[in-house]
Amino acid sequence: MLTILFDGIAYGMLLFVISCGLAVTLGLMNFVNLAHGAFAMLGGYCAYVLVNFYGVPFFASLPVAFLFAAMIGLVAERSLYVHFYNRSHLEQVLFTIGLVFMTSALVDYFLGSQQRFINLPSYLQGRFDFFGVGIGKYRLLIILVCALIVIVLQLILGHTRFGSRLRAAVDDQRVARGLGINVNRVFALTFAAGCGLAGLGGALGAEILSLEPHFPLKFMIYFLIVVSVGGTSSITGPFLASILLGIGDVAGKYYAPRFGGFVIYTIMIVVLVLRPQGLFTRGTSK
Amino acid sequence: MLRKSFLAALAATALAVGTLPAAAQETVKIGIITPLTGPFASTGKQHETAARLYMQQHGTTVAGKKIELIIRDDAGRAENTARIASELIQNDKVSFIAGFGLTPLAMATAPIATNAKVPMIVMMAGTSIITERSPYIVRTSFTLGQSAVIIADWAAKNKVKKVVTLVTDYAPGHDAEKSFVDQFKSKGGEIVESIRVPIQNPDYAPFLQRVLDAKPDALYVFVPSGQGSILMKQYVERGLDKSGIRLIGTGDITDDDILNGFGDAAIGVITAHMYSTAHPSAMNKEYVAAFKKLNPSLRPNFASVGAYDGMHLIYEALKKTNGKTDGDALIAAMKGLKWESPRGPISIDPETRDIVQTIYIRKVEKKDGELYNVEFESFPDVKDPVKAAKK
Repeated sequence: MLTILFDGIAYGMLLFVISCGLAVTLGLMNFVNLAHGAFAMLGGYCAYVLVNFYGVPFFASLPVAFLFAAMIGLVAERSLYVHFYNRSHLEQVLFTIGLVFMTSALVDYFLGSQQRFINLPSYLQGRFDFFGVGIGKYRLLIILVCALIVIVLQLILGHTRFGSRLRAAVDDQRVARGLGINVNRVFALTFAAGCGLAGLGGALGAEILSLEPHFPLKFMIYFLIVVSVGGTSSITGPFLASILLGIGDVAGKYYAPRFGGFVIYTIMIVVLVLRPQGLFTRGTSK
Repeated sequence: MLRKSFLAALAATALAVGTLPAAAQETVKIGIITPLTGPFASTGKQHETAARLYMQQHGTTVAGKKIELIIRDDAGRAENTARIASELIQNDKVSFIAGFGLTPLAMATAPIATNAKVPMIVMMAGTSIITERSPYIVRTSFTLGQSAVIIADWAAKNKVKKVVTLVTDYAPGHDAEKSFVDQFKSKGGEIVESIRVPIQNPDYAPFLQRVLDAKPDALYVFVPSGQGSILMKQYVERGLDKSGIRLIGTGDITDDDILNGFGDAAIGVITAHMYSTAHPSAMNKEYVAAFKKLNPSLRPNFASVGAYDGMHLIYEALKKTNGKTDGDALIAAMKGLKWESPRGPISIDPETRDIVQTIYIRKVEKKDGELYNVEFESFPDVKDPVKAAKK
């Protein structure tokens, strides 16, 4: 059933865009950032406010959502996160989960607890038939945008100076510092970019995942599954894991609605039992 | 210096109060426990506004007693509700506990009401079994079965032959599913499939695709208040509306408070429920206007009338007992009470302590740029069908 495959890929792509930033912080910087979903939510609300209140076109709101989440990420990284890099994981967890609760409460206070939707232009609504396969226009957009992001990320990481600095900083911080790489700056930029991507994902996903103040908690488990199944040493790992989970989740719920909700958890358990390092890890990092 | 004289004045006042005759007005406290924060905060805000509105309109003195309202937030978590109920009863000495935004919250509190013999007014939660959990529970909201059975009747009469049901997998969802399925089958309808969706469900796409492929005449839906919007969006996105599958359900999915956020996707959805902001009675028009004046950011929904009528029930019961707050006497006074509510005529069933009311069939329409549930058919005096079936 190709429609199911299509929906699954769209869903998986969305998961990837939101969680790839988490793969970076968790895997590359070895920082447990449970507040990652909060940045996605902020990006979503940013787009919501722009489009619904100020009439900004939907496509223009996406880059703004990215920049907004990235800015907040940058500020948070410089002012708060930086103090926790060398603390234990438990402290990081407590700190970031606290951030989640605070953001949720703030959003609830200012924008209300209801689900919000971004007013989409009408040409993005509905779906069309493509050789018998029902294609949702909006989901098609998600796939295109996300595919673009994956390519750009891959290029930046593999073919730019910044990419090689980042990889160096991750592989061995001390040596990288010794070679004159400003590791702190590299991490800060990476962190901000990860938050920005989450924000972009949140804005794109508002239509499908539903935007509400409890968004970060509701989806935290999905982001963590993506990262733990995909491994964190590359972009390819989480990407394939997201697609696998997206298709698994959608197909499971379609073919066996009664057990559908368990499919992704089963995938996760099986993968983690067989490959505790994650599905697509090359060698060992940490 | 100032402080000393202040203290002296305070002491003098205390003495004066202490020596006053016992005729000083006694206070009766009502504790409302409702989710004011968290995902179900809409319910709490509705409850709070409606309860305050009732007191504003009907005064704070009943049968010679002064009424004091205490509103506490349980954030929609059952462990909070039970703890707050105990605190209210033991520390604040409330004579009534009320509110209860979700079924588990009411269930967790039922034994506390029983032990303390304190009347417990359920103003929202809609699972049938709640009122059986304690002889001190009276409900002023609705039961899911009431709406589910009526929409099943309506569907069977209106050329809907094959239905797929889609409910959220928890107690109220099971109630909504069973009531509908039993009634619809007994009227000769066919249930193609019954889908249950996990409560933490981010994406309805796969379930709706399954519905689309099953090609029923209608899709019957029950999801927790608030999730209806995303479901409806995806229903339209997936083209179910164009393929001739009608969307029907209990009125929770087209909750008046959030209906406007659904966008035009919701137009044409048919539901059965006991209250609509657009209910065309004079009393309701006045109610809606007064409610919006008190809280301009809200539109009164079915949760609000649950609280408004709950307050009325408490006032009337106190009048009948002459202000006595004995739990058994109050419950006896509540049984069989009948009155006119903004939603229409309602009464408390003396046997089950559950509400008996008119259920309306409504269709979502756009009027003056806003979406409303417009009522077009009514079924009077509907009792809870789940309890009726047990007899």
